Amino acid sequence: MNNKAKLMQGNEACVEGALAAGMQFYAGYPITPSTEIAEISALKLPKIGGKFIQMEDEISSMAAIIGASLAGKKSMTATSGPGFSLKQENIGYAAITEVPCVIVNVQRGGPSTGLPTSPSQGDVMQARWGTHGDHPVIALTPASVKETFDLTVKAFNYAEKYRTPVMLILDEVIGHLREKVETPNKDEAEIIDRVKPTCDPKDYNPYEVEDGDIVPRMASFGDGYRYHVTGLVHDKTGFPSNDSTIAENLVNRLMNKIGDNIDDISNFEEYVLDDADIAIIAYGSTARSAKSAIQSAREQGIKVGLFRPVTIWPFLDKQIRHLTNKIKKVIVVEMNLGQYVLEVERVANKDCEVFRYGRVNGRLITPDEILEKIKGDVLCLANC
Amino acid sequence: MPSKLLDKYFRMDKLPHIWCPGCGHGIIMKAIVDAIDKMGLEKDKVCIVSGIGCSSRAPGYMDFNTLHTTHGRALAFATGIKMANPELHVIVVTGDGDSAAIGGNHLIHASRRNIDITTIIFNNNIYGMTGGQYSPTTPTGEKGTTAPYGNIDKDFDLCKLSKAAGATYVGRATAYHAKMIKDLTIKGIQNKGFSIIESLSVCPTYYGRKNKKGDSPDMMKTLKNNTVNIKAVDKLDKNKLENKIIIGELYSSKEDEYTESYQKIIDSMQEGR
Repeated sequence: MNNKAKLMQGNEACVEGALAAGMQFYAGYPITPSTEIAEISALKLPKIGGKFIQMEDEISSMAAIIGASLAGKKSMTATSGPGFSLKQENIGYAAITEVPCVIVNVQRGGPSTGLPTSPSQGDVMQARWGTHGDHPVIALTPASVKETFDLTVKAFNYAEKYRTPVMLILDEVIGHLREKVETPNKDEAEIIDRVKPTCDPKDYNPYEVEDGDIVPRMASFGDGYRYHVTGLVHDKTGFPSNDSTIAENLVNRLMNKIGDNIDDISNFEEYVLDDADIAIIAYGSTARSAKSAIQSAREQGIKVGLFRPVTIWPFLDKQIRHLTNKIKKVIVVEMNLGQYVLEVERVANKDCEVFRYGRVNGRLITPDEILEKIKGDVLCLANC
Repeated sequence: MPSKLLDKYFRMDKLPHIWCPGCGHGIIMKAIVDAIDKMGLEKDKVCIVSGIGCSSRAPGYMDFNTLHTTHGRALAFATGIKMANPELHVIVVTGDGDSAAIGGNHLIHASRRNIDITTIIFNNNIYGMTGGQYSPTTPTGEKGTTAPYGNIDKDFDLCKLSKAAGATYVGRATAYHAKMIKDLTIKGIQNKGFSIIESLSVCPTYYGRKNKKGDSPDMMKTLKNNTVNIKAVDKLDKNKLENKIIIGELYSSKEDEYTESYQKIIDSMQEGR
């Protein structure tokens, strides 16, 4: 093992992961607390023959990465809340045209300009429903610097495999946290590339799924497969159609390519849940506080465990149902006023009590606060 | 004969196009193809990108690498494509609403970067696709469905705007002067940098009807009578130039091209190793 161990920031690990995954193009616009991702990309990409561009806004950054991906380069952009709002238009375009790309959102307090340098997890629902219309989404959320590296690689792999925009949703704490990271050697990380067509160009249907494939094969502009791409509803040839059957089949296919492969996309961590009477559901930096709270609780004889969604979208229906069949009290802890918990409530066993603990003041949720919530509201050990 | 060009460069199964009878857009589209044919560009190496609107439907009919994007964003998508593969001849087809209103920011910044993209603006002075609302190039005082009492906005001169922002090739022609569109487009594609060809079109269905401009042939005659070739400007009396639109090659210069400048950075990094 010749792996390099290095102290790095979450935002830096994101760029390192992207480069390991094969990123060749980055377009972005400066915004706190994600800017280091742009700065480090600008520094490193030309060294490997890749390209960086600072666009005039977030809208054009999103457009540029889709264009570059269509021309064959693995592409990424990064932003935070206000920029994430602006990117939504073309995230929808990438979804319907099935162009692989990675969008990083280092969440800060909102709404609007909000709290630029403070952590938040307020964009969970925006990641799912930010762009209009029914569309598939994959969103991953890391809880450590090392995991930021790993999930960035994974985000690119999912983007290529499922031909869809993939979001990496950090919070400011993870983006700016510094931890030791051992990056794998080049041949150690599994890297997935989009499948290209091999047929005669005249037989190429850019939006037809071949038998045994998950998604249509993707030619790059300039490869000799001249084809048309549009954000309008289109048939298998890629040209617009108003046919209601074609429209329905297209949107269903987009949804099903994720839904049918949900096990491959479902990432999560379970921590001391086996004997637990109470489960905390928490993700990102909040899960770190939760783990610490669990250790304290167990020292006091309260059996608490953690379920940490790593994939926040698509929602982990199966796992949450399983969890709530087994454990009768769960508490969802998140830095917002209740977003992920809405989905937990949707799928939870009716006999399971779902508690909420959230905050939007720009401060981390501490282990003590979680412990207090457990002892108070959940167990009614005081003042109930 | 046109049929040869049709077979060679158009997706025949996608025609007829959706444009209204008398629309000038087809003439401009054909002039672009004429330019590509004259230059002998390899079809696989041409990429045509558009936004949203009447003009932006053109790429769908043209047998190249074609991308119909979101409203106003064609230049931003095109920037990504050109950066990723500088070997492609990237041509942007856009309208006046698309390029000057919702996409105005992208227009000035693509101009500023002098990235090697050739932009053809199909300017029909109106939002046609949505039914005749006034656009940033609707002349002051003229009407649209959203300017029922006359437009009080000042209209943009897109050639001056692009030139001021840094475009290195700027030309203007009209659907009446189809050969001039072709010639300017050739020069625009040959220019290593950002080129803009404003092509004045006619929209008899909305703009014409709303403003009592007559039918399509009347509007084409207006294009003929209201324009002066820049080569003739010096020879004409000033009073004859009043309210005339100047057409022809308006500006040309040599500046560093964006993707070449970036390549120099990449090359310098490799040397440093």
